[in-house]
Amino acid sequence: MTLLRAEGLSKSFGKTQALDGAGISIRAGEVVAVMGPSGSGKSTLLHCIAGILPPDSGTVHYRDQDLTAMNDSTRSELRRTEFGFVFQFGQLVPELTCLENVALPLRLSGMKRKDAERAATDWLARLEVEDVAGQRPGETSGGQGQRVAVARALVTAPKVIFADEPTGALDSLNGERVMHLLTTAARETGAAVVLVTHEARVAAYSDREVVVRDGRSRDVEFAR
Amino acid sequence: MNTPGVYMMCIVAPMSIGHALLGLLEGGPRHGYDLKRAYDERFGQDRPLHYGQVYSTLSRLLKNGFVTDAGVEAGDGPERKRYAITDAGVTDVERWLSTPEKPEPYLQNTLYAKVVLALLSGRSAADVLDTQRSAHLDTMRELTRRKSDGDLADQLICDFALFHLEADLRWLELTAARIDQLAVEVNR
Ligand SMILES: Nc1ncnc2c1ncn2[C@@H]1O[C@H](COP(=O)(O)OP(=O)(O)OP(=O)(O)O)[C@@H](O)[C@H]1O
Ligand SMILES: [Mg+2]
Repeated sequence: MTLLRAEGLSKSFGKTQALDGAGISIRAGEVVAVMGPSGSGKSTLLHCIAGILPPDSGTVHYRDQDLTAMNDSTRSELRRTEFGFVFQFGQLVPELTCLENVALPLRLSGMKRKDAERAATDWLARLEVEDVAGQRPGETSGGQGQRVAVARALVTAPKVIFADEPTGALDSLNGERVMHLLTTAARETGAAVVLVTHEARVAAYSDREVVVRDGRSRDVEFAR
Repeated sequence: MNTPGVYMMCIVAPMSIGHALLGLLEGGPRHGYDLKRAYDERFGQDRPLHYGQVYSTLSRLLKNGFVTDAGVEAGDGPERKRYAITDAGVTDVERWLSTPEKPEPYLQNTLYAKVVLALLSGRSAADVLDTQRSAHLDTMRELTRRKSDGDLADQLICDFALFHLEADLRWLELTAARIDQLAVEVNR
């Protein structure tokens, strides 16, 4: 089942055309790597299909809803309930403990503190970082911080996880561990993953790849 | 580890079977079948040894004085002859271990030739590279899956192949980024 489908996306920043008619299609539960050289438009594509950035033209459909036609509050509600995000760094709230960070999305959805923290504790354990629960993000290693970020992305049981270079700041061993944990958890929960990376060994955790070049994407599935 | 074909892209030069068998004999005398089993378990991966290889290698080692006859094991069956490593054999293993393998330019030659020929004939060199990337990534996915299911030995062997395939891919990306420039030079 196609979960997310973007067509004809264009986006310019001033004179720079970041996307030039890009398209992508994501099925439920699949892990798709978005690859391509630096500056080719990978992050811009990810931001557009995740409803973070409005494209200049083109459409983004999530199930039967058109993200580009929604008002802001409907779109951010959809992001909060259906999507999870993992970035290279800087996504955790520095003032909160790791446990509070993971519990935060649930708290924002109105869950009671105790329930939210119990769920957060479970996820920290699944990502093998239960021992940093009481620490603030600044007091963890890069690898631990990314696992906490993955736990936070997964705690709301999203249908799609958007990850932009989630292992970009980690060494090979930690990066691969994060990829293993992320993709294993996603497969267990049935979440799709859109994974932006320029590293082949990271992309090897995907089911297939979409290559972006000069703002255009080459998606074999999309062509079908 | 027994999914065939994964190492098709793998760039490891053929292993020196003689040296590997000698190394295994350093642990004590064994007969040929035993050696084959030990080799397959540790190094065979997709390519278990044929009995013929084992016995022809052993007879060469015998002729060169690197192994010696260590008597016949009790019991019947045709191949109960045991072999032991000699001092000359140990020296040979040491020499092998201390000599680096030749850093081979593996796939580039073929891929480079394909890219140039595509450009010369007005075909799409980018397609050649895209097709290769996709094949490389498929192999890397398979190795990654195998790594997830495997023990530490599997992981190390798969990682070796993965890093080499990754190096190929980096070359591929760099070439893709310079394809227009190359087209001009090739067609000059
Ligand atoms: N907010 C912005 N303002 C101005 N230009 C931008 C902005 N975001 C992206 N760009 C430009 O758009 C193009 C595509 O950028 P994008 O970040 O999508 O590339 P990328 O493929 O993610 O690169 P990288 O691998 O380096 O992260 C680049 O030329 C970039 O400079
Ligand atoms: Mg980017």
